[in-house]
Amino acid sequence: MSTSELPFPGLRSGVEGVPTVSPDAPPQTGKEFTSDQEVRWCPGCGDYAVLKAVQGFLPDLGLRRENIVFVSGIGCSSRFPYYLDTYGMHSIHGRAPSIATGIATARGDLSVWVVTGDGDALSIGGNHLIHALRRNVNMTILLFNNRIYGLTKGQYSPTSEPGKVTKSTPMGSVDHPFNPVSLALGAEASFVARTIDSDRTHLTSVLSAAAAHRGTSFVEIYQNCPIFNDGAFDAIKDRDTKEDALIPLVHGAPIRFGVGGSKGLIRDAATGGVKVVETADVGEDALLVHDAHCDDPTTAFAISRLTDAGYLHQAPIGIFRQVERATYDDQARAQIETARGGDVGDPSARLDALIHGGDTWTIA
Amino acid sequence: MTKQVKQLDRVIIRFAGDSGDGMQLTGDRFTQESAAFGNDLSTLPNFPAEIRAPQGTLPGVSSFQVHFADHDILTPGDAPDVLVAMNPAALRANLGDLPSAATIIVDTADFTKRNLAKAGYTENPLDDGSLSDYAVHPVDLTGMTIAAVKEFGLSRKDASRAKNMFALGLLSWLYGRPTESTVGFLQKRFAKVPDIRDANITAFRTGWNFGETTETFAVTYEIKPAPMSVGSYRNITGNLALSYGLLAAGVQSGLPIFLGSYPITPASDILHELSKHKSFGVTTFQAEDEIAGVGAAIGASFVGSLGVTTTSGPGLALKSEAIGLAVMTELPLLVIDVQRGGPSTGLPTKTEQADLLQAMFGRNGESPVPIVAPQSPGDCFDAALEAARIAITYRTPVMLLSDGMLANGSEPWRIPEVAELPTIDPAFATHTNQGDGDDAEFWPYLRDEATLARPWAIPGTSGLEHRIGGLEKGDGHGNISYDPANHDFMVRTRQAKVDRIADSLPPTVVDDPSASDGQGAKVLVLGWGSTYGPIGAGCRRVRKAGYHVAQVHLRHLNPFPNDLGEILARYDKVLVPEMNLGQLSMLLRARYLVDAIGHNQVRGLPLKAAELAEVIGELVGAAEGIEVDLSTPVEEAVT
Repeated sequence: MSTSELPFPGLRSGVEGVPTVSPDAPPQTGKEFTSDQEVRWCPGCGDYAVLKAVQGFLPDLGLRRENIVFVSGIGCSSRFPYYLDTYGMHSIHGRAPSIATGIATARGDLSVWVVTGDGDALSIGGNHLIHALRRNVNMTILLFNNRIYGLTKGQYSPTSEPGKVTKSTPMGSVDHPFNPVSLALGAEASFVARTIDSDRTHLTSVLSAAAAHRGTSFVEIYQNCPIFNDGAFDAIKDRDTKEDALIPLVHGAPIRFGVGGSKGLIRDAATGGVKVVETADVGEDALLVHDAHCDDPTTAFAISRLTDAGYLHQAPIGIFRQVERATYDDQARAQIETARGGDVGDPSARLDALIHGGDTWTIA
Repeated sequence: MTKQVKQLDRVIIRFAGDSGDGMQLTGDRFTQESAAFGNDLSTLPNFPAEIRAPQGTLPGVSSFQVHFADHDILTPGDAPDVLVAMNPAALRANLGDLPSAATIIVDTADFTKRNLAKAGYTENPLDDGSLSDYAVHPVDLTGMTIAAVKEFGLSRKDASRAKNMFALGLLSWLYGRPTESTVGFLQKRFAKVPDIRDANITAFRTGWNFGETTETFAVTYEIKPAPMSVGSYRNITGNLALSYGLLAAGVQSGLPIFLGSYPITPASDILHELSKHKSFGVTTFQAEDEIAGVGAAIGASFVGSLGVTTTSGPGLALKSEAIGLAVMTELPLLVIDVQRGGPSTGLPTKTEQADLLQAMFGRNGESPVPIVAPQSPGDCFDAALEAARIAITYRTPVMLLSDGMLANGSEPWRIPEVAELPTIDPAFATHTNQGDGDDAEFWPYLRDEATLARPWAIPGTSGLEHRIGGLEKGDGHGNISYDPANHDFMVRTRQAKVDRIADSLPPTVVDDPSASDGQGAKVLVLGWGSTYGPIGAGCRRVRKAGYHVAQVHLRHLNPFPNDLGEILARYDKVLVPEMNLGQLSMLLRARYLVDAIGHNQVRGLPLKAAELAEVIGELVGAAEGIEVDLSTPVEEAVT
């Protein structure tokens, strides 16, 4: 499965402007990106796999370690920055995207990453998330979705299935959940992808494409919480069921899944959406070809709707959308450069001229 | 006709009209003319929160008060000598503030039955004798304006909109103001619409000529320039001075300014102003909400900018948790609260200083934040620089408490020499600070012995990679620590760091003229923020009547200056006037066990000098066991 294709040729990369290691230097290793802090997630937590994948993947970027910044909010996954030997900030609940916006806008020479969870990003921090996506600030947001509140010991989250029985919902939750991918597409995110903690190859390929994308890259990672929501993703992970449950998205390829590609997607003329069909019934040529680079997010959104809101039996994974759009931070910095007009001049003299502007008078 | 010229030492004029009548602009132009003439002055804009409340109604009245004098003045004045009322509502809304014999100039055009009713008048006050205590000049400002600008072919509505310039022309004549700057201003402002430009200039000149020819006004007034110390001056509002102060902080520290802000009255003008100065490397980020504004500023500070966030009371409440993060991560951050009436949405366009305790304590845990406050519009420049000095030197968020009165009020500002401004050294960490050789590490919480500040290592600095966050960290190395003794130590250390700022402050200025003559004042008036003007004016009145009183005005509310306790102990009585219910009094009582006596008003308006003089006088009488009579000044009292 190849979802790791890089952006369109000629586009600015997400890490352009970030200093790289000298070509003469010995290659970086995952160990260099590993801090001396003891990892304190529960045994069996999906976060371990993601951490390992990120530590293993970061050297591939070839960036100077001191120019990478990880920012997180609050929650189990938000301990992530402590375990990476880069610059990092473990901030406050839900606010990581806003802090990262300040970081990315103030400095064009940093590779900025946000690590967040379903509660952090979609509940308390929902506002910051959608506005970061709307602005298209150059950063990568990794949303660890375990569909539960872990750190506060097991309340339902904004991605929990309806009817979820938890400590705070003994009779079952009555909230309808968010579909994070649909939400990101609705906010007009320029890069939207979904991957799974247990599939390191897929995870790494998505991370790589996300880092290469200039703008806000939104990556939902299905992540199992063995303590409070164990088995939430069993249907898409189980060897016997996963081929029928996972719908892999590969740009330029017909969307097929199931054993031997027995199923596929076609457009649904009745709804304007997409629907699952038996490939044999419609013929291979009738299947929908995935176009992640389509500027119109309608089809990507329709595909995202194939994700179960309840217990997860079916979910598309891969890159839903990857389009080019000017980033907030690039434009903000460009305005400063334009205002400076190349000739910066002595700031003290310019300050002096400014404060002496307007109607002034002199007492001799 | 030869007019009589009368000398005055000071005048207070209030321009009042509908929100759409351009009263703020009229007042501002009159102020600029007076500044250019060389008077000392102080202004007080007062406008509704609604942009355009229903026309002709009391809630829609907007006013601008300017106090100008041939001597040093401190306040916009308690009561106007002259009211310019553009409609019945403006008359009715402001009449109560006028002393008897005040001059009232009214535009009679709007005194129709309908508009009188809208303002709540059943009879026309111009006819029913109810204004007999005042010197009323009914003038058809609108009618004469329309006639004067006829040649430009404007609609009646557009033509009548120039009536504020007619009024300005008339007042400019009445008080001998220079007119060039206003003509120049109109030429520039309406350069793209020649009809409007010419109509406004014509209305302005016609107003002036009307004064000169009409018999309605027999006297003109002269207010000589005020003696001021040598230097270049400009008239400046608090929000503009504060914006310039932030730019200066950027220049003097060499740090890029990053402003994260969400629009809120009365702070938005700082966002507007800084947005114009990107050439100084300033980034302005209009965030999705108050929290994102401060969050982005914290992020920018983490990577080496001076993060700033601007807001007013309700926004400060929203930012509380993030400010706590800045306390914990010990990052420089400026939090500018332009206070307004509260609680909740309160009085968005009115002034108050009731956020002091919010600034002190409005966070969870032991979360000390230094607080500075400017005392006048021009002083906002210095306060911003001082706040930046503390934030950068001590690696801490700093609150700057301005208020609506400072933000929109103006005064002549002696423009500082940039070369004489203090420089601020960000002193970024560039090297490991623990261990040697291969074991060398960077410890983000290893502190400077003198200031207790932690090192500020910014991304891009090789070998100093580190993680910070909101969890308690171990002393020195900064790793997460739940150790009880460490937490106790870190809480005390963060407090000690803020307390230590006091060691960097100059001696407190005590304004006590009696101290030298050995008689000694027994009463000290202590204030903070925008009450400086009214308190100073109140003290002057008391002194001019021959009594003793001392005044101290605090720049630093947290920590208090080291010498404050000793100063308080010198006086028998300490009066603390505030536009709140006694917030500084509470802090003083808690810290110094001093019996601070409050004088507290929360009317959305500045304190009045005359009232304060009475309060001070009573206290002086009680403290010294004498009868105090302020009505017979030894010298003429000035405010």
